Amino acid sequence: MTEPEILRALSEILGDLLGDDALALSLETRRADVPGWDSFTYVNFIVAVEMRFGVKFKVAEVESFENVGAIVRRLRELGK
Amino acid sequence: MLSALPTARDFRGELRAARASAGALRVQRLRALSQHRLDYLETLQLDRALQALPAEERALLAPVRVAVLSSATIDQLLPAIRVAALRRGLDVYMYAGGYGQYRQETFEPPPALRALAPELVLFSVSARELLGSIPLTARSREADEHIDSFVAGLRGLWRRARAGFDAGIVHQTFLDVTEPVFGSFDRLAPGAPARIVDRLNLRLAEAAVEDDVALLDVARASERTGRDFWFSQARWLQAKQEIAPPAAPAYGELLARIIAARRGLSRKCLVLDLDNTLWGGVIGDEGLQGIVLGAGSAAGEAHAGLQRYAKQLRERGILLAICSKNERATAIAAIERHPEMILRMADFAAVQVNWTDKAENLRAIAQQLNIGPDSLVFVDDSAVERARIREALPMVAVPELPEDVADYVSCLAGAGYFEAVALTSDDRLRAAQYAQNAARDNFRESQQSMGEFLRGLEMKLDCRAFAEVDLPRVTQLINKTNQFNTTGRRHGAEAVAKFAAAAADITLQLRLTDRFGDNGLVSVLILRPLAEDPQAFELDTWVMSCRVFGRELEYEASNIAVETVRARGATRIVADYVRTDKNGVIAGLFAQLGFVPLAEPPADGSAATTRWVLTLADYRPRTTCIERRSG
Repeated sequence: MTEPEILRALSEILGDLLGDDALALSLETRRADVPGWDSFTYVNFIVAVEMRFGVKFKVAEVESFENVGAIVRRLRELGK
Repeated sequence: MLSALPTARDFRGELRAARASAGALRVQRLRALSQHRLDYLETLQLDRALQALPAEERALLAPVRVAVLSSATIDQLLPAIRVAALRRGLDVYMYAGGYGQYRQETFEPPPALRALAPELVLFSVSARELLGSIPLTARSREADEHIDSFVAGLRGLWRRARAGFDAGIVHQTFLDVTEPVFGSFDRLAPGAPARIVDRLNLRLAEAAVEDDVALLDVARASERTGRDFWFSQARWLQAKQEIAPPAAPAYGELLARIIAARRGLSRKCLVLDLDNTLWGGVIGDEGLQGIVLGAGSAAGEAHAGLQRYAKQLRERGILLAICSKNERATAIAAIERHPEMILRMADFAAVQVNWTDKAENLRAIAQQLNIGPDSLVFVDDSAVERARIREALPMVAVPELPEDVADYVSCLAGAGYFEAVALTSDDRLRAAQYAQNAARDNFRESQQSMGEFLRGLEMKLDCRAFAEVDLPRVTQLINKTNQFNTTGRRHGAEAVAKFAAAAADITLQLRLTDRFGDNGLVSVLILRPLAEDPQAFELDTWVMSCRVFGRELEYEASNIAVETVRARGATRIVADYVRTDKNGVIAGLFAQLGFVPLAEPPADGSAATTRWVLTLADYRPRTTCIERRSG
């Protein structure tokens, strides 16, 4: 998948979780930038991304993703 | 767990369409969507739409008040619990306990928990709470002492929650999240974590039987779908979730089955297709010798396996029926004569074999057995027939059978349609009772008049107040009777025990036998003194089994109620008829018995509740053909 494709998929997942069909993430988006993206929603987001992409993130990296771009890069490293 | 549910064709589109609609249609669409195999993310989305419903739409669902108290984080489970309840037309109002707060919340319930007044309290406790306290090298006695004292602690919580909230209790079995320490020797080492969890579950089940607590068996479910599906070390570390989010839909389904079973919403009848379901091949084309069934072929054994499973269900009181497009005589000949058949005609309570539309036949089966179509499960290998029934009769459960007959039983069994919360002696007798009903029907046809038929039945009635030993049966009858149920009111085991113990209340349970056999417990009445009127008793509950409709039992029961109330020195009985979807059959009951309406109801019959009063001095007991055996 290309970077924009992954970004769209991540936006859709978070949009589904927050009930916001118009949600659009950018590579620079941080959790604090998105209203409602609390720690519970973050775990749900990680779970949903893992399910959708068929991957498993390391606990250490889940703690250290600084922004959406870091997640996109990691997914591409994992061959997605 | 959810594999019997069909997958949604276009979840996002259907959810959007549901959200854009309004009123009853919106509720119906969300409920229809819940009846699909949804993953965790879809479950969260559907729950969000459910939670966003305005109050008047949520009121179209039946409310259930549930508290979940836990040693772990449970936020991920709540949406799944609500969605699985929605699948059954229920709307869960929930108190979600805080992480690790289950003891404090039980002993000192916070205001929000008190305000909810839960009817069900679920304890979700991790075995971790115990494991740390037992040394690996413990001897068997030491380990057992720890386990027993831990279980004793849980029983204290159950007692407290039951007394404090007047609630039913459900306890989650302990998930084995441990890793081997000794290897296979774990099972033999008293202090090995795996053995402790194993023994803990055993002791828990023993205590649950004694204390009448229901178990939510995640331990068993995880053996089936795998520990790694139910538990993720990462989620435990990140969020202290002991049930991994992808397993939440299965968890919610397990709990919703128990909630529904307590409300009498479990299915009652398994309806089976014949060709390529009960046996392989088409009897009309291939004949008795051609169909595939039993020893000699793997497929034949698989079909026999389905029959064997159905027979087990029959043994525990589930009714069996046939719905098949075939020549009746050919099909019956196969059932009676094929040497490998496990089920025979006598095992079926209703048989519809013809060329009519199957939806019509399912309606006929429900009518014949005097149960609602929502009590039926319909098993058919044909995707076309399944789609047709889902369309025409959405209340009938239709498992999405797998392609391979080898997997039919696990699909049917995994669906949990027949979830039980008790096994009563009436369950043991039920199949035989329906067979007796067939004999009664034949007898009726041979009699000249209804009066002659009723006299010839030689009915004998036992009437007693509730005794402790009867409580499970009484509770079961109250909660599963939908048609002859004057108020639709449900009482859990705890409430029924209270009625039985309260000297002021009148409790009556009626058992009917006749020349064809014992009908078991057939009717229950609860009358309570009316606070504002010392001369009156109020009929809180009156249920009667549909198996004994048309036997004049309602008149005899009313005679008994009047005599009992009179003996207490009161002069009036007040009763509500609360209309539900299903009790229209008794809309005229109180008028027939001589009650008069307290207020003139609107002529169009639109009132949901009508209140009636019977002045005992005016009561004319009706003579029936039922002989009373004891007072």
